[in-house]
Amino acid sequence: MLAMRHISKVFRTDLIETHALRDFSLEVAEGDFVAVTGPSGSGKTTFLNVAGLLEGFDTGSYQLDGVDTSGLSDDARSRLRNEKIGFIFQSFNLIPDLDIFDNVDVPLRYRRMKAADRRERITSALDLVGLGSRAHHMPSQLSGGQQQRVAIARAIAGDPKFLLADEPTGNLDSLMARQVMDLLEQINEMGTTIVLVTHDPELARRAQRNVQIIDGQVSDYRPYEPHAPAAREPVPLAAGAGA
Amino acid sequence: MMSYYLKLAVRSLRRSPGITSLMVLAIALGIAVCVITLTVHHGMSSNPIWWKNDRLYAVTLDSWDPERPADEDHPELPPSELTWRDAEAVTRSDIPLRSVRMHKAGGVLSSGDSRVPARPERVIARMTTAGFFDMFDVPFRYGGGWKATADAGPEPVVVLSSKVNEQFFGGADSVGKTIRWDDREYRVVGVLAPWHPAPTFYDLNNGAFDDPEDIYVPIGWTEKLELPSGGNTNCWNAEDIQSFADFLNSGCVWIQVWVELPDAASKARMQAFLDNYVAGERRGGRFKRPNNNRLTNVDQWLVDNEVVGNDNRMLVALAFAFLSVCLINTVGLLLAKFLGHAAITGVRRALGASRRQVFLQHLTEAGLLAAVGAALGVVLAGAGLWALRIMYATPRDGFTGLMHVSSWSLMITVALAVCATLAAGLYPAWRVGRIAPAVYLKSQ
Repeated sequence: MLAMRHISKVFRTDLIETHALRDFSLEVAEGDFVAVTGPSGSGKTTFLNVAGLLEGFDTGSYQLDGVDTSGLSDDARSRLRNEKIGFIFQSFNLIPDLDIFDNVDVPLRYRRMKAADRRERITSALDLVGLGSRAHHMPSQLSGGQQQRVAIARAIAGDPKFLLADEPTGNLDSLMARQVMDLLEQINEMGTTIVLVTHDPELARRAQRNVQIIDGQVSDYRPYEPHAPAAREPVPLAAGAGA
Repeated sequence: MMSYYLKLAVRSLRRSPGITSLMVLAIALGIAVCVITLTVHHGMSSNPIWWKNDRLYAVTLDSWDPERPADEDHPELPPSELTWRDAEAVTRSDIPLRSVRMHKAGGVLSSGDSRVPARPERVIARMTTAGFFDMFDVPFRYGGGWKATADAGPEPVVVLSSKVNEQFFGGADSVGKTIRWDDREYRVVGVLAPWHPAPTFYDLNNGAFDDPEDIYVPIGWTEKLELPSGGNTNCWNAEDIQSFADFLNSGCVWIQVWVELPDAASKARMQAFLDNYVAGERRGGRFKRPNNNRLTNVDQWLVDNEVVGNDNRMLVALAFAFLSVCLINTVGLLLAKFLGHAAITGVRRALGASRRQVFLQHLTEAGLLAAVGAALGVVLAGAGLWALRIMYATPRDGFTGLMHVSSWSLMITVALAVCATLAAGLYPAWRVGRIAPAVYLKSQ
């Protein structure tokens, strides 16, 4: 479970302070598929960076799969990130001079797995996203949708508990976007928790739960209820949420 | 992980061949210039008989002009050579394990045997005493030195350098054969193995990096043949010199004297002997300058005689300054390169790479760069030393021996490469490890 409580995150320059997150609380249960929406500048990306341990926070607490992340060293945060979290980015962020196989290999390398184990995981991840036959293509030889599927394969190869997706369909046409969403749903059904940041109300509706962030806070925060039935029905979005 | 880092480093360096070549060239040039200057400097400043540094001492006495020192630039030093009679007196002492007095001379060497095809050759001779060879650990190929009795006789014996033996006897064992030096025949008692002490510490007067002498003859022949010095003769007083005997009794200095003193006690006794001798001579009207009788070990002797000039030291400093400029350029290029790929580093951080792993990955790349630069640097240094040899070395010039890439130079190169890696790679690798990945993930 991902549990953030009363998190605040302030960006300071010489002239101004920007409160990206203020008294931010959110719980995501294991197996959830949560869509996070909100207007530009509302703090969605900061939330995702804090959730992904890419950035720290100023006050509050954050537990990731039972581990209190405050005060962890960079090594420990990196290990936790590597083992528990998979990232999917809007612009795919594949490494251009590595082929598909080596791109998917990157997170496994930092886990110091044996070559045979890594090969097995890479192959099955690429098979899952339907790109098993393209293992030795370079990213530039693939379409946008294929590149995003490679990014998904890279994110799931390490079998993380959480997938954090930042506008994963933002650079894709509608057909490819649907394929990617189908894939994410399939992965969620296999047990992986997914937190999806999106502007697209259509995509948000496909998540089990919608969370809206406005001015660095969850606008409709309710503490997690473990026995509440998971709802596939989309929650109506507030006006401007899809901006 | 190291193999993974190496694989990434190779990919990264191949991705931008232009900037990679620039960095490799910068490191290679810096290292090559340093290796060349260090090789020459090391060759010039090293003590070629370091294992006897605490046993061998040059003897100097200040018999010079009471009005001014022998060397205005170094008034604290006595003349570097002795008068004939002082040298004789000092080497008569039985305190040293060995003592040697000697000077350089010239002459023409020819074969006494008409069947030998070698042409007469102008050679440089060292007129010396029997202890020379053992004192300076001179290696022999055939035979050995002469006995001490041959000095005074003097006996017509000679020791040949390997080069002369090659010229006149085809490199064969010539011990027992005769050879003609000027108008006398001498019996060969020994042939040296190749011997090139650089510098020629035992006589620094006429080119510290000249090759050693061609032949070695007992010094008794100097007096008998009335041989003038083939090296330095310095006089301070206008003396009436009518004969060779007058010259030998004059205040002119031209004889080098060395003693071998095995321990501190014998050195103290020798120092007392010298002081007593000079005190005695003072009573006879000589040695009017302040007492300055010295026993100088080889290291200090090379310093006193300025074997390594300030120019050479300045050149080494400039070479290191040049290396610094090359490394600073490399730091700049590496920094630009690493930060140019910050987005990729951001992705790696997001996928689980720690700062330490990012740092090590980039340090490996810098290390690989430095290794390639160092390898090219060695090649360039070899080429540079070869070019110097072509331009400056002559057949009689000992610089030939200095200008080759020795194992010492290679060791220095490796050390320089390690330093270059640390200097050029540490900061960029550290900087790229500190970047905030979140900033670059959106911007890629």
